[in-house]
Amino acid sequence: MSDMPLRTWRPVTTEAPLFRTALIAVVLGILAVLLFAPLITVFYEALRKGWFAAITSLANPEALSAIKLTLLVAALAVPLNAVFGIAAAWFITKYDFRGKAFLITLIDLPFSVSPVVAGLCIVLTFGANTAFGGWLVGMGYPIVFALPGIVLASLFVTFPFVARELIPVMIEQGRAEEEAALTLGASGWRVFLTVTLPNVRWALLYGVLLANARAMGEFGAVAVVSGKIRGVTATMPITIEMMYNEYLSVAAFSLAGVLALLALVTLALKTALEIAHADALAANHRH
Amino acid sequence: MRIEIDEISKQFGTTAALMPVSLAIPSGALVALLGPSGSGKTTLLRILGGLEFPSSGRVLFDGQDATGLTVQDRRAGFVFQSYALFRHMTVFENIAYGLNARPRASRPPKAEIARRVQKLLDLIQLPDIGARYPSQLSGGQRQRVALARALAIEPRMLLLDEPFGALDAKVRKELRQGLRDIHDETGLTTVFVTHDQEEAMELADLVVVMSMGRIEQIGKPADIRARPASQFVRDFITT
Repeated sequence: MSDMPLRTWRPVTTEAPLFRTALIAVVLGILAVLLFAPLITVFYEALRKGWFAAITSLANPEALSAIKLTLLVAALAVPLNAVFGIAAAWFITKYDFRGKAFLITLIDLPFSVSPVVAGLCIVLTFGANTAFGGWLVGMGYPIVFALPGIVLASLFVTFPFVARELIPVMIEQGRAEEEAALTLGASGWRVFLTVTLPNVRWALLYGVLLANARAMGEFGAVAVVSGKIRGVTATMPITIEMMYNEYLSVAAFSLAGVLALLALVTLALKTALEIAHADALAANHRH
Repeated sequence: MRIEIDEISKQFGTTAALMPVSLAIPSGALVALLGPSGSGKTTLLRILGGLEFPSSGRVLFDGQDATGLTVQDRRAGFVFQSYALFRHMTVFENIAYGLNARPRASRPPKAEIARRVQKLLDLIQLPDIGARYPSQLSGGQRQRVALARALAIEPRMLLLDEPFGALDAKVRKELRQGLRDIHDETGLTTVFVTHDQEEAMELADLVVVMSMGRIEQIGKPADIRARPASQFVRDFITT
């Protein structure tokens, strides 16, 4: 017995040590090249001439207006799409009708259409030289090269996020709890507020966070519809590009750093919520 | 409450789930709808509860036409197959849901709701689980909570869809007796759906055997055993 070499058995789902190391190395390598290096570069370039230069460049009215505009667009587009997403997911999961698969494909359309094409469509539909767009300009409410156009473009590119997160969760949960609430005398609206919404609140939160990140970062569609008017319709990504093209690299990277920080804050918020509500999450999934 | 089903039929698209069926359920009876899957028994139960509307025919409650009555106005205590407890609410909140959903004028005060919930928890012999979540309960406990939640609205009738389907044999036997006791105590007209002939025969006063959307036989368990009306019934109750 004692001279038998001891063999340690590894679990069947675990790879050989060498292979495992190689896999981890590949993943870390990809993360380093694609994620960490750019992020570090952004902050390195921003702070190249010191904190003072970075902060001064952010205090410039053009940068400030871009930050304000981006936050405003996200604050308008994200709640609207949360409502649209909930409505679409509700409609798709709680009712049976013809053309359901087609509707799901339609919701995914913004994922497959190039944002530039989407922006162009908005210009061609609502531009000043179309009948409807011209009438709106006449009334003093231009859409293209103005805030409504930017919001429309952001709505389009962020449209699928909330619905996409909600649909699988709502399908999995079925209709039984809603039916139970109805038999207990609750009105449709009450069922929605007290049963449907609480049951999907985590999926809704993820969808909103994703939509928010995309709304703040969108470049292509917004570039086409905004007309890139400095200090008026230039959002953060567009201002970053213009500054970079003018060799204002500290200013460009400082603003890029702010945009990256906004994304990191969202991520931190999500993680914090997950930790704080770990029990509720587990209770939801174990059922 | 007396329930009459008058020539009820139900079509889903081109398939007929229920051929026109008629059935009279006397007040206070404990009735089993017995049949294999696809026999239309659950559809009939859902029509009674107002979750489904018939393609033709009428439903009468105590002689009054209730066919067009909304699910909320039926006041049917419904126990779902997988219980459908609200997973994000405690047991207490689950049972109180129906009382809290009432319009302000007829909603009991908070203390009264708490008292009623506690009374129901005592009735289902789980007095101490009010603060727990459904995911922390066993299958048998969930079933009893679902029953308590349905009873909380002071229903006019009790409708149960495969109430013992998801439970193991021992718990099933216990809960069968539990349902019988609660039925006898409340005197509620009770209809339950099952595919288990032993369960139907043992528990119900009146058994309705169904197959392919039709009622094959209606009768007391002993009568059905002694005189099956068709070959189908004979085969079904001996398996």
